[in-house]
Amino acid sequence: MSAETSSASSPAFAGLAQRANEWLGVVGGFGVLLVEILRRTFRRDFDRSEFLRNLYRMGIKSMPIVTVTALFTGGIMVIQAAPIVQRYGAYGLLGWGAGFGTLREIAPLLTALMINGRVGANNTAELGTMAVTEQIDALRALAIDPIGFLVAPRFLAIVTTLFLSTIFSDALALVGAAYAGLGFLGVEPAVFYRGLTTGLLGFGDVAHGLEKSVVFGVVIGLSSCHFGLSTKGGAPGVGRSVNSTVVASAAGIFVLDYLLSFALS
Amino acid sequence: MIRLEGVCKTFDRPVLSDVDLVVPESCLFGLIGPGASGKSLLLRMITGLMRPDSGKVTVAGNDVLAMGDMQLHEYRKGIGMLFQNNALFDFMTVAENIAFPLRRLFHLPESEIAERVAERLSRVDLPGFESRLPAGLSGGQKKRVGVARATVTRAPIVLYDEPAAGLDPVTSQKIFDLLRAEQRAANATVIMVSSDLDRLLTVTDRVGMMLDGRLIFVGTTDEARNAADPRVYQFVHGNVDGPL
Repeated sequence: MSAETSSASSPAFAGLAQRANEWLGVVGGFGVLLVEILRRTFRRDFDRSEFLRNLYRMGIKSMPIVTVTALFTGGIMVIQAAPIVQRYGAYGLLGWGAGFGTLREIAPLLTALMINGRVGANNTAELGTMAVTEQIDALRALAIDPIGFLVAPRFLAIVTTLFLSTIFSDALALVGAAYAGLGFLGVEPAVFYRGLTTGLLGFGDVAHGLEKSVVFGVVIGLSSCHFGLSTKGGAPGVGRSVNSTVVASAAGIFVLDYLLSFALS
Repeated sequence: MIRLEGVCKTFDRPVLSDVDLVVPESCLFGLIGPGASGKSLLLRMITGLMRPDSGKVTVAGNDVLAMGDMQLHEYRKGIGMLFQNNALFDFMTVAENIAFPLRRLFHLPESEIAERVAERLSRVDLPGFESRLPAGLSGGQKKRVGVARATVTRAPIVLYDEPAAGLDPVTSQKIFDLLRAEQRAANATVIMVSSDLDRLLTVTDRVGMMLDGRLIFVGTTDEARNAADPRVYQFVHGNVDGPL
């Protein structure tokens, strides 16, 4: 009986061990890639024009989706808070309530998830296509460092994009919340603004969210570049890499958000 | 001179087994063989893109496998390479693709770069294509842009992986004639992998044949045509009957 149990569990254990080994390989790959990127960043050994080109493509072109997400996020925060605000008549605290959750948590988190879906997936698809069509090898054959030319500029552009988008998103979400407050609860924007600025909220709350956005940017940048560069197997391989990026980044964002919420508090 | 000694490589199965190859300086060497016989892999090893499990790769007296990053960087400046899939950079125009190695490696004045790009495009019969993107080109046009990029630095060593794949016979012959003329003009050492044997053998000085990861023949083009080894004879003449 014990022999049967052992033979049945050993393939399961082997499968588990293989998955664990694969994930350790991915985490190790992230670490190696991060060191390579940081080394080139500190030596300023990366392509500045590629950085600016990617910042435009990733940052400016993400503005419409970030705008829509932020405005509705602010509105949703007010709708969720509305029953409590009405029950206790705490209209003066609406600004604080919406601002606290938005600045510290919801704006950085949702902006990161949107940037992950739009920019991270796109970055992996581009790098993956370049890998399977030998363009990365062509760079190496031309004596050009793919990390300095392609990867470091994209990584830095993603981190910068997410940081700046979060600032933009914070501001727009509060505008959305203020006007949702006016529409649903009849709270004047000036009252909403006073709730934000009477001392219950401080710069620390904004910084809390921005620090998270940098970490989320690092996760998306590393994940999208790592899975893109390691793509194999033609078009299906590109699809698998994009899928891995979106899933790994989203999971990483939630786990690190949880840990950072403890650490930064 | 390019010299490979005892080169072996195994992935899930042996893909190169004890390959010894010498390509003399200023020679146009044709590397032939069935698919997946290890031809492209040899080119990658010569450029240092892939390391063998064992053996030695020496180019112009330099041990490629012993090179550090900086030495490899300098070494690759002297190599032009056309990849099987062309490997044109999607986000660059035709002119930017061709100018890329000149801008990044040699930092030439823009006027000279523009002149050399125009000259290359004219040589591959694509004048006026400067501002096109690779996505808007046909397979043959992409191949010709790839040839222009591989030859723009006038490198002393040029490696072509299937330079005529997907081209019609006339364009294919034109490409081979062009590559031969380029090789003579630059006095370059060239290795050309091609399945288009009818045209390849009109331009090569020497030929090597790979089969199942082994180099089974090296000789002059005439020796390849009249090879005693039935496998080489069958492959070169495209006969259906034979040991292959």
